[in-house]
Amino acid sequence: MEADLVAEPILKVEGVHTFIGKHHILQGVSFTVHPGKVTVLLGRNGAGKSTTLRTIIGLLSPSQGTIFLRNRAIHHLKPYEISRLGIGFVPEDRGIFNFLTVEENFRVAMLQEDGKTREMMETIFDIFPDLKKFWKTKAGNLSGGQKQMLAIARPLVNRNELLLIDEPSKGLAPIVIDHLIDSINKLKEYTVIILVEQNFYMASSLGDDFYLFDDGKTVHQGQMQELIQNEDLKKKYLGISG
Amino acid sequence: MSPQRKTWLPKLAVIAIFLLPILIINPKTYITLTISGLAMGMLLFLVSSGFSLIFGFLSVLNLAHGALFTWGAYIGFTAFTLINKWTGWGGPNSIFLNIVIFLLALIVAALLVAVLGIITERLVIRPVYGSHLFQIFITVGAMIVMEELIRIVWGPNDEVMPVPFNFMGSWDLFDVVVSKYPLIAIVIGFILYLIIFMILRKTKIGTIVRAGVENPEMVQVMGHNIYRYFTGVFAAGSALAAIGGGMWATFVKSIHPAMGGEIIVFALIVAIIGGLGSMTGSVVGALMVGLSYNYVAYLVPKAALGITMLLLVIILSIRPTGLFPEGT
Repeated sequence: MEADLVAEPILKVEGVHTFIGKHHILQGVSFTVHPGKVTVLLGRNGAGKSTTLRTIIGLLSPSQGTIFLRNRAIHHLKPYEISRLGIGFVPEDRGIFNFLTVEENFRVAMLQEDGKTREMMETIFDIFPDLKKFWKTKAGNLSGGQKQMLAIARPLVNRNELLLIDEPSKGLAPIVIDHLIDSINKLKEYTVIILVEQNFYMASSLGDDFYLFDDGKTVHQGQMQELIQNEDLKKKYLGISG
Repeated sequence: MSPQRKTWLPKLAVIAIFLLPILIINPKTYITLTISGLAMGMLLFLVSSGFSLIFGFLSVLNLAHGALFTWGAYIGFTAFTLINKWTGWGGPNSIFLNIVIFLLALIVAALLVAVLGIITERLVIRPVYGSHLFQIFITVGAMIVMEELIRIVWGPNDEVMPVPFNFMGSWDLFDVVVSKYPLIAIVIGFILYLIIFMILRKTKIGTIVRAGVENPEMVQVMGHNIYRYFTGVFAAGSALAAIGGGMWATFVKSIHPAMGGEIIVFALIVAIIGGLGSMTGSVVGALMVGLSYNYVAYLVPKAALGITMLLLVIILSIRPTGLFPEGT
């Protein structure tokens, strides 16, 4: 573990402040994301987790602080430039195009259509076989779980090295969540994941590292196993007891 | 009731309503009015499709769209006059050359108005993306400026729009008198609809535009420079307005600087009926407006505009998002 922590981080967020309108949402967020890990951002509602993801992808501009992707500053770039550098984003509302078919959803996501893309599509079909089955179906007609799988699989088609996923378990039945956990576990081989998740079962099943958010700041960090055993931290920042 | 029957019933009901006038109108007159209504519908489609596409994709209520339509009519007028002066292709010698000169005038109008659209989007619209109130103010301002520029360049008076020789007159089909130009307008309008539909359905750019109508933020997050697409869609919408302007002017055989202000009301109604951002919605909405306007104008002339408003109210009460909210 020690060796991993000193490895060059993929993403480095340092002292980021973000406003939404007049509201000062992020008030000094700092964390690093290392290769081969799932980093989970945890905290109560309104702690700034989703805003952090939207700031990383460029949908919100930080007023202070820096964000580096493999030593390249990205905090001043536009969302499409950041995306093209290899960051995929799955928003809380999934952001799928309901009136487009599954195939068309992937077509919009594909920045290149070559042999590597086709190869990646085969991998995606192995992990999410339903997407192949419903390839010609309008995305709006998929079930909640299938929509979430589409939302997560779509950015992978470009072999993004970093994937930001915001609350994938939201609105899903427990059995579907289990299925999604299995699928996301398989994705670890292909991409580094930053996961924002309220569902502690899912967060603890997938996470390697964690950062706790409170009032727009990162207040604690560590390895997920430590958090699972630390009842005080869970109770104080996540409202979970027992 | 099976879902298939559910889909077909409203369509059959609409067709039945548009067949109703045949009970009180002479069948030959009904056919003439229907062709005129379809032609008006196709011309309205050209104007409203651009308006609808711009609203659907950019979320911009472009009230200057009517002025772009007028610019299209005037540029088409000038292009036709000049080309005809140099070549004489608008004369009685050949129907083929008549079609060529007509299409050339439309292409020139579409290209120049697309450039005007790009300038408008960059200078006027871009600073007010996301604010509908400012968009209304600024696009009304742009409309006034563009109309005044027309008065400066072409003068304030009405002009007679030249029509290719073989587009004038009528055909006698089974004892029914059918004007030539409305039929030509229906064919050109339908071809343009097919082209737009195929671009939106079959090309990657079209798929991205359709995705953008639904969720522009997500398109951006997927690595596409949304502003480049905004400009492209605005240019395409402006070009469609210009083609609509040129064809409408040929239909009514005259142009004047305020003609766009009159048509924008129809464009708005058609776009809302069809579903903002939907091309199929635009064509269906435009045909419904064109047909109902013509039937009612024949039966109760003073109620012609009223029936269009009534149509809007009825459709919005049944389907508040328009007939085709899917954005295709």
